[in-house]
Amino acid sequence: MKPPNGENMRSPLSRALGLGSAKAGVGQWWRERVSALALVPLTVWFAASIIMHTGSDYVTFIAWLRTPIVSLLMVLLLAGIFYHAALGLQVVIEDYVHSALKTLALLGMRFGCCGLAGAGILAILRIAFSR
Amino acid sequence: MTNSTPKRMRPLSPNIQIYRPQLTSVLSIANRISGIALSLYAVVLVASLVAAAAGPQAYSNIHVFMGSRVGRVLLFGGTFAFFLHLCGSIRHLIWDAGHGFELRTIYASGWMVVLVSSALTIITWIAGSVWAR
Repeated sequence: MKPPNGENMRSPLSRALGLGSAKAGVGQWWRERVSALALVPLTVWFAASIIMHTGSDYVTFIAWLRTPIVSLLMVLLLAGIFYHAALGLQVVIEDYVHSALKTLALLGMRFGCCGLAGAGILAILRIAFSR
Repeated sequence: MTNSTPKRMRPLSPNIQIYRPQLTSVLSIANRISGIALSLYAVVLVASLVAAAAGPQAYSNIHVFMGSRVGRVLLFGGTFAFFLHLCGSIRHLIWDAGHGFELRTIYASGWMVVLVSSALTIITWIAGSVWAR
């Protein structure tokens, strides 16, 4: 005789565990908000700095980038931008891509964000530590 | 009763092609579109930094492109996308904290996003042209 809950003796709870949201969605929601909050002062500082360097030549711009506080803020800005972009683009892809391409698009987007963040941070460090 | 129900194409909600655009819905999708656009501008930012690290020649190429007509239009669009996304996000963060859900407040904050982001874009470009001299 079959047990009432299906073909085996597993309880309804054990079959449900591991499926569904598992309360992980709220983590992504929080990470989006926290990174947005961090990016408000960082991006406003960056925009103001770029305005003030509109007329600067290469030497002046590099000298500014090399100051320790600017290098630090630029590294934080790049990390924040691509962390926040990856979270946002993930939601966009999950909303509109329903085919088998979804996983591929998510992978490509994440690799792209990591690669660009790495390239940007490396460029800042090269400028900061060059003689 | 025949099996007619599964084959009939029923309209799906929200039926956006007959909906009149509202400030709320337009700003909602604008925040998403500006976010996608800003991700692309982040690629330009990284390219500029890599060029700056590579040397004066590579940096000058980027600088010349930014100064061209196409470059200026792209930068202007980027400035507006940035301020729109910034103001829209602050509106969202206030909602997330549980404030501003009355219909009047929603429309007031919506128009504020449009106004402030447009004003900041124009102020940024005036300030930039003053500093460039």
